[in-house]
Amino acid sequence: MRLSCPICGVRDRREFYYQGDAVALERPAPEAGQAVWDAYLHVRDNPAGSRRELWQHEAGCGAWLVVERHSGSHAVTSVSLVHDRAEETGA
Amino acid sequence: MVDLTDRSPCAGSLPLRIGTLTVTEVELGRLTTVSPFLGQRRLSAQRMEAAHGIPWPEPNRTTGTDAARAIWFGHDTVLLAGPAADPSLAQSAALTDQSDAWATMRVSGAGAEAVLARLVPVDLRPARFEEGHTARTLIKQMTGSVTRTGPDVFLLMVFRSMAQTLVHDLTEAMEAVAARG
Amino acid sequence: MRIDGKGLVDRSRPVRFQFDGIGHTGFEGDTVASALLAKGVRLMGRSFKYHRPRGVLTADSAEPNALITVGRGGRQEPNVRATLQEIAPGLEARAQNAWPSLRFDAMALNDLMWPFLRAGFYYKTFMWPRGFWERLYEPIIRRAAGLGALNGDPADGRFEKAYAFCDLLVIGAGPTGLMAALTAARAGADVLLVDEDSLPGGRLNAETHLVSGVPGAGWAAAAAAELADLPNARLMTRTTVVGAYDHGTYGALERGGPDRPAETFWRIVAERVILAAGAQERMVAFADNDRPGIMTASAVRAYLNRWGVASGQRIAVFGNNDDAHRTARDLSEAGVEVAAVIDSRADATCDLADVPFHAGAVVTGTRGRLGLRQITVKTDRGIREIDADCLAVSGGWNPTVHLSCHMNARPGWRADIAAFVPTAGSVPGMVAAGACAGDFSTAACLRAGQEAAREALGDLGQHVPPAAPLPKTEDTPYRIKPLWSVPGKGRAWLDFQNDVSVKDVAQAAAENFRSVEHMKRYTTQGMATDQGKTSNVAALAVLAEVTGREIPETGTTTFRPPYTTVSVAAFGAGGQGAGFAPERRITSHGAAVARGAPMIEAGLWRRHSYFPQTQENHWRQSCDREVAYVRQAVGVCDVSTLGKIDVQGPDAAAFLDVVYSNRMSTLAPGRVRYGLMLREDGFVMDDGTAARLGPEHFLLTATTAAAGLVMRHLEFVHQAHCPRLDLRLMSVTEHWAQFAVAGPGARALLNDLLDDPVDAEAWAFMACGPVTIGGVAARLFRISFSGEHAYEIAVPARYGESLFTTLVRRAEAMGGGAYGVEALNVLRIEKGHITHAEMDGRTTASDLGLERMISGQKDCIGKTMAARPGLVAEDRGQLVGIRPAGGDVSLSAGAHLFDRGAAVGRETSRGHVTSVAFSPTLGHHIALGLVAGGRGRIGDTMRLVDHMRGVDVMVEICAPVFVDPDGSRLRG
Repeated sequence: MRLSCPICGVRDRREFYYQGDAVALERPAPEAGQAVWDAYLHVRDNPAGSRRELWQHEAGCGAWLVVERHSGSHAVTSVSLVHDRAEETGA
Repeated sequence: MVDLTDRSPCAGSLPLRIGTLTVTEVELGRLTTVSPFLGQRRLSAQRMEAAHGIPWPEPNRTTGTDAARAIWFGHDTVLLAGPAADPSLAQSAALTDQSDAWATMRVSGAGAEAVLARLVPVDLRPARFEEGHTARTLIKQMTGSVTRTGPDVFLLMVFRSMAQTLVHDLTEAMEAVAARG
Repeated sequence: MRIDGKGLVDRSRPVRFQFDGIGHTGFEGDTVASALLAKGVRLMGRSFKYHRPRGVLTADSAEPNALITVGRGGRQEPNVRATLQEIAPGLEARAQNAWPSLRFDAMALNDLMWPFLRAGFYYKTFMWPRGFWERLYEPIIRRAAGLGALNGDPADGRFEKAYAFCDLLVIGAGPTGLMAALTAARAGADVLLVDEDSLPGGRLNAETHLVSGVPGAGWAAAAAAELADLPNARLMTRTTVVGAYDHGTYGALERGGPDRPAETFWRIVAERVILAAGAQERMVAFADNDRPGIMTASAVRAYLNRWGVASGQRIAVFGNNDDAHRTARDLSEAGVEVAAVIDSRADATCDLADVPFHAGAVVTGTRGRLGLRQITVKTDRGIREIDADCLAVSGGWNPTVHLSCHMNARPGWRADIAAFVPTAGSVPGMVAAGACAGDFSTAACLRAGQEAAREALGDLGQHVPPAAPLPKTEDTPYRIKPLWSVPGKGRAWLDFQNDVSVKDVAQAAAENFRSVEHMKRYTTQGMATDQGKTSNVAALAVLAEVTGREIPETGTTTFRPPYTTVSVAAFGAGGQGAGFAPERRITSHGAAVARGAPMIEAGLWRRHSYFPQTQENHWRQSCDREVAYVRQAVGVCDVSTLGKIDVQGPDAAAFLDVVYSNRMSTLAPGRVRYGLMLREDGFVMDDGTAARLGPEHFLLTATTAAAGLVMRHLEFVHQAHCPRLDLRLMSVTEHWAQFAVAGPGARALLNDLLDDPVDAEAWAFMACGPVTIGGVAARLFRISFSGEHAYEIAVPARYGESLFTTLVRRAEAMGGGAYGVEALNVLRIEKGHITHAEMDGRTTASDLGLERMISGQKDCIGKTMAARPGLVAEDRGQLVGIRPAGGDVSLSAGAHLFDRGAAVGRETSRGHVTSVAFSPTLGHHIALGLVAGGRGRIGDTMRLVDHMRGVDVMVEICAPVFVDPDGSRLRG
């Protein structure tokens, strides 16, 4: 498996650390309530299809990445920097 | 007064010669990571060029010479190797002294690429990884930095504490390459 | 029998080797199989289950029968295919799965028992009595069944792993692959051509037809030579591509030799791939079709044309397609007697003079105990017995589709060639070409290779040259009429390696194992080391027939990597001994080892456990002495393994307020504060200190075990949750060598060494700042893990060893000395400091008595969820101290605690012990533990039970700080 890091280019998956669903980026406000926090931390979809995942290019540039990957074909349709996305959404 | 003596990361285990290949320890001088603060990359680059005469490297590239070299070292980070970082840089970037954090080795000789092909999961073909190209990547199981400084010459950097392991891993890879003749 | 003037082996270079203790001579270029056939040796092994005699079936890697063991000791290798093993001087090969000898194998009795041992017999026969399976049946079956054995010694051959990159990977160096590689390489692409044979050329080396007016083998040699001269082409022989993986990654196994690594596992990354893996000839199932001497027709041709070996003295040929006739023709032209050509097609013709020909006929049986003697042929004029010592069989050709199916695709059925072919697009970036795609003539292969290469060049964005004229060669059409099995009595074999017959498949279907996947598992068809390469398609055709379905409807089983067997040693290459994991050494490593300190693992780090002195013979003696150094004099310990993270920037303080539960922004420069980090789910992640080196500059420490985790977490929080905070994170763990100097004499020791002494006022508890020692700029922190007056001093790592030695020498002069992590642990337990034994991922700040460290004035990671009622409940396990009630007894970590008088069981456990030490300071054992509602139980007596270690004692629950609870020694 290979991922295309927006900074370093295409690299072997051994350089990357897998974190989990990219829902972790949507941190609720402290007062959002237990149900919202529970969903944020514990409830995950498991689609046979496209999914958004968090990876870190840990052995490379260190950047955290959002990877869109198809869980059936393993095709990767996009890789972007978490940092860029967070800046855009004003997180 | 106390007299502290220094010791290099690879003291006692290098140089190493197997077949056509040589591994030597390299003293790059002062190592400083330069990480520009938000929006200060251009300013940091100007100051680097003004103070040290070397351009700011793009990702996966190095600039400069043996005397003063800038090695791209990660997202938003460049490793300045050689001189102490000019104080002007501290105004626009976080500077961290890393002079003692890294073991630096030079692998040279015919077959250097074949040796690294046993350790590094990066495409090091000359057309893809030219002189002056660098990569933050794995060296066997260690995170490190790989830079090509000549047709058959590479600089490898791993954490100081793992210097012995890199010597071990290089020895095994060099023996395997040498055995193929 | 060797035929003069035939073959590519070098007759001027004889090679001596041994098979089953008997010396043989072959020639350079021979395999064990070809050299033995040349000597008339047909019997090479015994089958897996029935121990039936086995000879060589093929001339390539699909070989199911001729499995041998080579080498001795750590270099012994079982189940080596005699068809791939090249002979070399001194090679020692042995037959396997036969006792006492290959010719007389006692276990061949199984063959007489066959009516009882058919498919499914395990499941039906060994059901009762219940306990007999493990004790009786399985051991007996294991001894009787099987192939070669490992000898149990560690492998001492050199195995390695390597990466390779290319623009275009061409798999297979037959006519298709050579033409593809030539076309692409001549156009300038970086080409990697891989073939599992020792000699490139594929079938060109096994056939007689001409390419461009020269023998095919000669054309192949010239093509390989041209590739070798091109700087942008690489040719790897003896290398099998075994798997196709995601995103252009391929696994390949290179077989070595005496002067090279035994095996190299390659990970190849290619932008485009041409699968030119060729095709595999299949057998026909008829009664007793497994005797030594019965071979595929293409193998008989290969032994004749490539190795100059006649596989028998009187050879019959049986087939259902035109290709079979080539074998008869080549044999006849070489002067070998052809006993008969039997073609199952009624309309077949044969143009060979002097060869008895039977159209519309089939072979229905064979004779010969240890090798073929006679075949029975059923023709439209009746049954005929024909004497033959070799039968060449062709049931048609199966394209080698395996790699095209490794990413979950299924091959498609082509009725015109009665075979499966790869499905286009099944592996992104890969195209199948040539025989592998069902084009069987040499001309078609050359054409397909060139076309595939031109297409790949276009995909790669490289210049596509006009198609060059192709070499002239044979372009014979392939005609076949399927024949899978010949009806009749007796056992008609499909899978030769696992002894599966047509009857077994029919039985599986009769018992309703009609799915091809079920049939496979019920009969073990295709489950042996050869994975049914020569038999799977025939087996599923038989299944289709007996279940009244079409072949495409019946479908194939799943093709999974690896394509061929790969030794575990190759997968694990480089991982033995020191290669298992990097070893991180502290700068005092050498000095500690010189003092006899055992080094223990802490993650990847090696840390000094204790420093034994000559009169000490138990680690506890050393440890107790070292604890006393710190409590009574001064001790020195290398603590460099703690994670150190540099945080700089205008928003550094604001960021630390986000990641630490307590407030760090209020910390004054020159001061250190203890800090707690939570996970977002509210549990404790790690603890450590933050030192404020300047207004916008902090240095954090993380525990040795969690340093990597903490760094990753900080990067995530910064990049994902607060990218607008202006700060930079950098690990500086490796730059600094750091030493704890602890004990009443700590300040005196330092002041002997520092360029400028420290005083009590400026260097109060939790102060930090720059100092110099011997002119070297250092950092000093007045912090303590032991509870004593203590400092940690950090110098650039190059001075680490020197400073350690200096500090220890000075400490020894003061009645103290070095202490290791055993003493370090005792000291922290005495002081009630927590480690990851307590922060075990299930404990909260409240559990650990640190609830006040979650600031109410700000948000932080984990704060919301830490407030969940379940995480702050008073009946949760809370950190307590534990001491023996009464006289000293040994306590044990992991023991559980029970109320007095309560039953001992899982449900009644009230908590467990996390850390234990013998406290030389107090003279008895002490422990830390988590007890339900523990803070309310101080003074209670509880029962501590550890069934594993036989501990069952009464203990007293106490506060978790055993030494200096008011902190006067710490601050003094």
